Parts: sequence; C-alpha cells; structure tokens
Amino acid sequence: MKTPPLRSPPSLITLFLAFSRLGVTSFGGGLSGWIMREFVHSRKWISEKEFVSGLALSQAFPGINVVNLAIWIGYRLRGGQGALVAALGMVVPAMGVAILMAVAFSQVAHSKTAHLALAGIAAAAIGLSLEMGLRTAKHAMDGLAPIMIMAGTFAAIFVFRLNLVGVIAIAAPCSVAVAWLRIRRRHRPGKPL
Amino acid sequence: MAEILIQFVRVFAPLSFLTIGGGQSIIPAIHQQSVVVHQWITNTEFLDMFALSRLAPGPKTLLVTLVGWQAAGLAGALVASFAIFVPSAVLVYYLAKLWARYEGRPMIIAIERGLVPVAAGMILAATGTILQAAEGGIWAWGVAAASTVALLYTRVSPFLLLGLGGLLFVLVQPA
Repeated sequence: MKTPPLRSPPSLITLFLAFSRLGVTSFGGGLSGWIMREFVHSRKWISEKEFVSGLALSQAFPGINVVNLAIWIGYRLRGGQGALVAALGMVVPAMGVAILMAVAFSQVAHSKTAHLALAGIAAAAIGLSLEMGLRTAKHAMDGLAPIMIMAGTFAAIFVFRLNLVGVIAIAAPCSVAVAWLRIRRRHRPGKPL
Repeated sequence: MAEILIQFVRVFAPLSFLTIGGGQSIIPAIHQQSVVVHQWITNTEFLDMFALSRLAPGPKTLLVTLVGWQAAGLAGALVASFAIFVPSAVLVYYLAKLWARYEGRPMIIAIERGLVPVAAGMILAATGTILQAAEGGIWAWGVAAASTVALLYTRVSPFLLLGLGGLLFVLVQPA
C-alpha cells in the first residue's frame, strides 16, 4: 500500500547524506525522534502516518530498530537501492565516530576520572533501557497470558540464564499463537481488528 | 586473529536475528558471550563500551562495534559490526516487501502484537543485566532510578541525563 510521496523522491546521494548527517549528530540517542523531525517535518519526504507505521514494524521485526526504520524509509523513497544507502548512511559514519571515541577514551583509560564518568554515564543509560522496557511492558499488559509470557521471558533470560535462542524459539510462537487466538475470538466480520 | 573474527561471526550473526524489540534485547547475550563465555573483554571494559555506545551518535547497537574494537582492533570492529547488522537487515528488507503485500491480515497483526510481550521481557532482562554489571553500588541504582523517572515524566534530553550521571559519579566517586 504505497501512498504517493509528498514531494519527488530524493536522489540516492541525498538520501545517503541525509541519513549520514543524522547518524553522526544524534549524540545521546532518541534517534527515531530525530528521524521523524528530519524526514517527516523538515524535508517532508514521508507522511507521519507512514513514519509511524514504519516505526511500529521496525520494532516488531528482528533487527536494529533504527536500521530497520532506515531500510523502510529508504525502500519507500527509492526502492532496494534506497534501502541500502539509507541503512549504510545510518550506520557507517556513526561507526567511525564511535571508534574515534573509543580511541580517545583509550588515551585516558587509566585515569580514574574517566572511568568514574563512564560508570555514571552507564548508570544513567540504564534509565534509557528501563524506560523503554516499561513502555513496552505497558503495551504488553493487555491480558493475563501476555503478562505471563513477558514475566516468563524475563525470568528465563535474566534469572535462569537460559539460552536466548531456546527462549525465543518457545516464547515467540506461543505469544503469536495467543495473539492470533484472541484476534479470532474478538473479530466479527466488518469489525476492525 | 582470524579465530576471534570467526568467533565474532558465529556469535553475533545469530544474535542479529534475535533482536526482537530492538538491539537492547540482546544485551544480556552480548555480555554473557563477550565477558563470561569467550572472555574477549572484562566486565569493566564491557561497561566502558556500553557507556560509550550510549554517548555515541547513531544506533546504540554500536556497542557490538566497540566490543569488537576493544577485543580485536579495527578488523574486530568491522567484522563484529557486519555480523550484527547485516543478517537481520537483509531479512527485514524482504519482510518489508512481504508486509506490504499482506498488510492487515490477522496473522500479520498477530505477529505484530504477539512479539510485544516477548520484547518487553527481553528489554527488562537487558536492564537487569546492566544493573547487575554496573559499578557504583547504591549510587548506580539511584542514578538509574532517577534517570528512568526523568525520562518517563519529563522531556529532558537523554544526552543531558548521561552527562549529569557522569558528572555526579566524578564528584561523588562511588566506584
């Protein structure tokens, strides 16, 4: 279902550079917010509806959310080539910056101050992770079965340290089956899902 | 050198497919494999790379890039990055095309909704893993809690929070 672009699609180079710019300036995170501001509001390359739909799918699919989002947006704008240059722009320049930061850090790695600073940053970053976990949990908690699956997944990984592949191999199909049964039970012809 | 690069591919390529809900969900596995199982890096190095990955621009999963860098230099960074980003990116490209065809069907919606509880459990497990690995005891817990509350209820910039956390630790020296 392709909605017509709001303006003529950008060239591959422009697409790559746009994602690269975001990739190297998005210090501290919140990348999906940056992407929305830049591509929906500023450049108007896609609509907010398309963006939100892409964002949901990026999170549902395996893979790195923002990379998935870049692939989604790139694909909508310039097909397979667009998806490729968007993903490359998102990742590669930022990778360079990250490595440079690691190099800079290694110069001061023996300094206690540098380690303390990073430990404090790590602690604050836990907040980022927990915030996302809680928001996702809120979405997950619409029934006893989903709650149990969430709790079970958490326990299996964190408490019992079970192999991740095994946990997902069991939890994901069970969870999808539960969701499917609930959709079937609620759905009547003509009623939206 | 070749051996560790092959290990990176064997560890990170499968993990690429397990990133349900985002890159954060595999943090426990990254920690387990890097620090405990293969001992490519120490726990302190893991924390350092974790903090740097949060400060750095771009996707947070550059943590894997940094683990690769710390363990095996530039070659390590490149191979680890390729292994963690490419497999799922290729899969997602084809999934995106599939989705466009079958959008709205019950099974598609079931998959979208069904993966949410699993993702939530994985991300919360990731939070637990970092908390356990963190240095700074009660201060780390405090900063983490304050940071969570600030992010949930205010529009504060994450970058500012990271900076404040770092500054506080330098002043208080809990680690």
